[in-house]
Amino acid sequence: MPSQPAPDLSPQVSDEVRKTTCYMCACRCGINVHMKGGKVAYIEGNRDHPVNKGVLCAKGSAGIMQHNSPARLRAPLKRVGPRGSGKFREITWDEALQTAVDWLKPLRQTAPEKLAFFTGRDQSQSFTGWWAQAFGTPNWAAHGGFCSVNMAAAGIYTMGGAFWEFGQPDWDRTKLFLLFGVAEDHDSNPIKMGLGKLKARGARVIGVNPIRSGYNAIADDWVAITPGTDGLFILSLVHELLRAGKIDLGYLVRYTNAPYLVNAADGPEKGLFLRDADGKPLVRDRNTGQAVAWDTPGISPDLGEGVEIGGVSHLPVFRHLADRYLADDYAPDQVAERCGVSAARIRAIAAEIARVAFEEEITINQPWTDFRGVKHDKMIGRPVAMHAMRGISAHSNGFLTARALHMLQILIGSVETPGGFRFKPPYPKPPEAHPRPHAGHAPGQPLDGPHLGYPLGPEHLLLNDAGQPKRIDKAFSWDAPLSAHGMMHMVISNAHAGDPYPIDTLFLYMANMAWNSSMNTSAVMDMLTDQNDDGSYKIPRIIYSDAYSSEMVAYADLILPDTTYLERHDCISLLDRPICEAEALADSIRWPVVPPDRPGHEGVRPFQSVLLDLGARLGLPGMVLEDGSAKFGDYADYITNHERRPGVGPLAGFRGNGDGKGRGAPNPDQIARYIENGGFWIDHIPAEAQFYKPWNAAYQDWAVERGIYDSPQPYVFNLYSEPLRKFQLAAEGHGHRQPPDHLRARLIETMDPLPIWYPTFTDDVTDPAEYPLHALTQRPMAHYHSWGSQNAWLRQIHGHTPLYVSGEIWRAHGFKKGDWAILSSPHGKITLPVVRMDALNPHTVWTWNAIAKRRGAWALDDDAPEATKSQLLNHLIHELMPPKGDGLRWANSDPVTGQAAWYDLRVRIEKAPAGQSVSHPHTGAQDSPVPPAPQTVAQHVKD
Amino acid sequence: MTQLPKSTQKKLGLVIDLDTCVGCHACVISCKGWNTQNYGAPLSDMDAYGGEPEGTFLNRVHSFEVAREQAPPMVVHFPKSCLHCDDAPCVTVCPTGASYKRVEDGIVLVNEDACIGCGLCAWACPYGARDMDGAEKVMKKCTLCVDRIYNENLPSEDREPACVRTCPSNARHFGDLSDPESEVSKLVAAREGFDLMPEQGTAPVNKYLPPRARDSLDIPDLASLCDPVPGDETTPAAKGFLGWLDRALEKI
Repeated sequence: MPSQPAPDLSPQVSDEVRKTTCYMCACRCGINVHMKGGKVAYIEGNRDHPVNKGVLCAKGSAGIMQHNSPARLRAPLKRVGPRGSGKFREITWDEALQTAVDWLKPLRQTAPEKLAFFTGRDQSQSFTGWWAQAFGTPNWAAHGGFCSVNMAAAGIYTMGGAFWEFGQPDWDRTKLFLLFGVAEDHDSNPIKMGLGKLKARGARVIGVNPIRSGYNAIADDWVAITPGTDGLFILSLVHELLRAGKIDLGYLVRYTNAPYLVNAADGPEKGLFLRDADGKPLVRDRNTGQAVAWDTPGISPDLGEGVEIGGVSHLPVFRHLADRYLADDYAPDQVAERCGVSAARIRAIAAEIARVAFEEEITINQPWTDFRGVKHDKMIGRPVAMHAMRGISAHSNGFLTARALHMLQILIGSVETPGGFRFKPPYPKPPEAHPRPHAGHAPGQPLDGPHLGYPLGPEHLLLNDAGQPKRIDKAFSWDAPLSAHGMMHMVISNAHAGDPYPIDTLFLYMANMAWNSSMNTSAVMDMLTDQNDDGSYKIPRIIYSDAYSSEMVAYADLILPDTTYLERHDCISLLDRPICEAEALADSIRWPVVPPDRPGHEGVRPFQSVLLDLGARLGLPGMVLEDGSAKFGDYADYITNHERRPGVGPLAGFRGNGDGKGRGAPNPDQIARYIENGGFWIDHIPAEAQFYKPWNAAYQDWAVERGIYDSPQPYVFNLYSEPLRKFQLAAEGHGHRQPPDHLRARLIETMDPLPIWYPTFTDDVTDPAEYPLHALTQRPMAHYHSWGSQNAWLRQIHGHTPLYVSGEIWRAHGFKKGDWAILSSPHGKITLPVVRMDALNPHTVWTWNAIAKRRGAWALDDDAPEATKSQLLNHLIHELMPPKGDGLRWANSDPVTGQAAWYDLRVRIEKAPAGQSVSHPHTGAQDSPVPPAPQTVAQHVKD
Repeated sequence: MTQLPKSTQKKLGLVIDLDTCVGCHACVISCKGWNTQNYGAPLSDMDAYGGEPEGTFLNRVHSFEVAREQAPPMVVHFPKSCLHCDDAPCVTVCPTGASYKRVEDGIVLVNEDACIGCGLCAWACPYGARDMDGAEKVMKKCTLCVDRIYNENLPSEDREPACVRTCPSNARHFGDLSDPESEVSKLVAAREGFDLMPEQGTAPVNKYLPPRARDSLDIPDLASLCDPVPGDETTPAAKGFLGWLDRALEKI
């Protein structure tokens, strides 16, 4: 036998490792970027980083192909052909910035609301919002309205935080994990890491999802629920737990508003809490039978009996709750058929929750003191954790479904206790501690406050004197009173219609609104190109910033090309959407590990720096010095030196002399210290403050020290939501701010202070014979948005969008391998390849989200399967419901928050005629502002 | 024809947990990134942005459904790369000696300098674990990151295959399967790890851990917890909710 070859077993991996933050999705993992000869050679996870602890998903590892993408823009562009054609000429940055100033300056001086500035998957929202506030337009928001605002808002209103960025399961301790709906697309690596921990110790995972893919494939038990019925299923679990008495009464008494007495007297106070002269809610003390302030020391609050005042019996919240959910309407036998889950299964899952919560209780011998000053010698946990994201959220009943889920968590005492669900700082933060929304605008002036917030009653709606919405997206109007993230998906259709008013300039960042981020894509493309009689566009001007040649680029007039995520500064800020862990405060940065380099062209600039430059040229407050010169050289300068409140800035770490945590003067070396530390900063919460955060005195004091609050903010959870009741009262005719009559009945039904379930609006009006199926999309774990699906490596994993149908449907329609299907909704038809998958709810079909591409976009060839064998379900989903004969068009959104109801879609399926080989509809082609992509890629970066 | 060693000093390999793999493809792309920069020719992508992209991958994840009689279908994510077989037919079929199995650790490698791109090894492999590179026309396969696991330029904690280091759900484990005391051997013993297609007689080193039982929540017994029996005073359904509540609150 010949001697073995001797390969080099110790090759030099790289010249240098630069540690920054991934941006291949919204997860924000730490990455080690290995450099060779000044070029990016290899990307792996950073082991020290709090988010991913070394692991990295497919997207993250494919970042090198994103950075080297042939679709990268190279210079500012000015449109020279009709909108949508993709015909541009490259211009200088001077011309681009001057053009933008020429458009925006007159608007600021006369009517700042005529600028609508909306950002997509932007991770600098506290900055872009600050910029828009200085400009003075009320029309700013990011993409939360079409993403998961139901989840975020329901969590804040119910318990001061929701899932993902707000909190996480206690992965190290939980013994039973319930996962509701599709969740693969957010918090990607932490959930996978958490599932791995559960699996390693054999903890049970229950997946509730119409589709058994991804995480549901490894769920020990899979509940193939019918889409849109999660809320009913959850309330049935609540029914069973109440019937069995498997609820944590001590927790409810101490930490929730379960004992608060609800005013039962007819009139404008009905349904609000009884309060004392100081405004403190009252409870019935079991010792005396008297109504006393909720926080009176030494009392024993009642949950069952109420008090009688003036012949009216006022009952506690918990009594209302029990009366409602013990009703037969929520019995498993009543809901089973509707949910597509057997009654026995519902009872079994309720029993398993009860068993684990109460028979496998966890105790940590860690003393702590609550906000009442009561000392506890240990921390007791109910090790049942839950998580949900868009799956239950993107429905027209999503807000109350998310509320129901939080109510379930709270009833078993598993929020902020060991083994349950834990908040991540700066959460918990109740609605009262958040700002109210603002829309007060005047020529030449900044806005009167932050755009977004949490209304506590009708008085906080953004309506003018005539009762009309102040915002172009109609957020915080009676249409969607608690639209805490704005309603980006309504901007283009409202701007096109001039309703509630016309705008001049639509300014978008990192949002593919001409394509997969809009409902009703074909119609949106028409709106963006629609002209007045004089040939001018209905939406007069569109400015767009993107790093890549996306579909939206073709529909803009002026392109401000952004860098890739490896070429710019960013801060993942506590002021924004932080990366904290349940046990630690953390934030992080991106920094240019390579300079932006587009040889032979004008080049690209980081969008945030461009925005600061524009702000200085416009003379916006906070962005210019007294002499009118620019205050910040670039975004890094802003990150270092901007203070939101004295001593509190975008980054919390290494403040002042470098030791400042949360608070401290700006430190000129701050970014250098972050880089030295691996791109992030972390500060652990003391052991006695790790759990019970809303009520834990040590946590509250620590949070004040770190600048999270300016004073302790203890609060109790809102099983019963008084703000919702205030909107209901208005709809019943109380108060001076009144909803339009056509919305009264809906507001009374949906602004219920205790969670209810109602059929999705689409289900409610759909004839099941005509549209018998639910249709869903999922984002593959290996992709994120359009950006990921053009990546040369990732597109080989998922490159087209087959429609997955159950065996029942397959047989009923006589499908054979290679067939195509026509999918129809009341709004349109699409054609796409069909594939059989049996692990589905039998009434559900699905495909992948955001893979389909328009011809000419993303530097892909015209015959790319993304264009020829892929389709967006968006074409089937209208932002409005079909007319129902009342003369009105109702939004296809959650009535509370305005969240786009993507997952309400109902469809009919037919077999496409033989010979089908290209997906429909054909949305035309756009010229590419970048050259054709290379045929072969085999990049071996040399030293 | 190339000879296999009579025995190897170690049997380095992977243990892949099918109970835990969520099918995220992190291992696939991490492998692609590392091996594009390291061992031998870069892993190319032909028609990378076109109608029929075809790249070289040393590791792929397949997903399939398992129909069951009395239970809903299961979905299994199945990562697959070279299994570094003891009786590797890809080695014995190699006409040039380019394919070989290392004596010291059992890793099966291709010496690209000696590979003539004939493709016989790929035909011989019953697992389809080899990929002919479209650009270089040499045979590519999993090296078990032989240039990581002994790499003195890497910190010791990183001396494991790229796919193992990156796996977010910890479904991939690396170690010496000839040592019964190794963590991987213990895992195989505890979880009844199995050989892929043992009937092929290839004696693969890599092992798979089977999915645990699915949909096994015991309905009749547990359901009784939530279906209180008459006369059981510990539950509200038996004695009236308010009475139960009053007694329960007394105990707080």
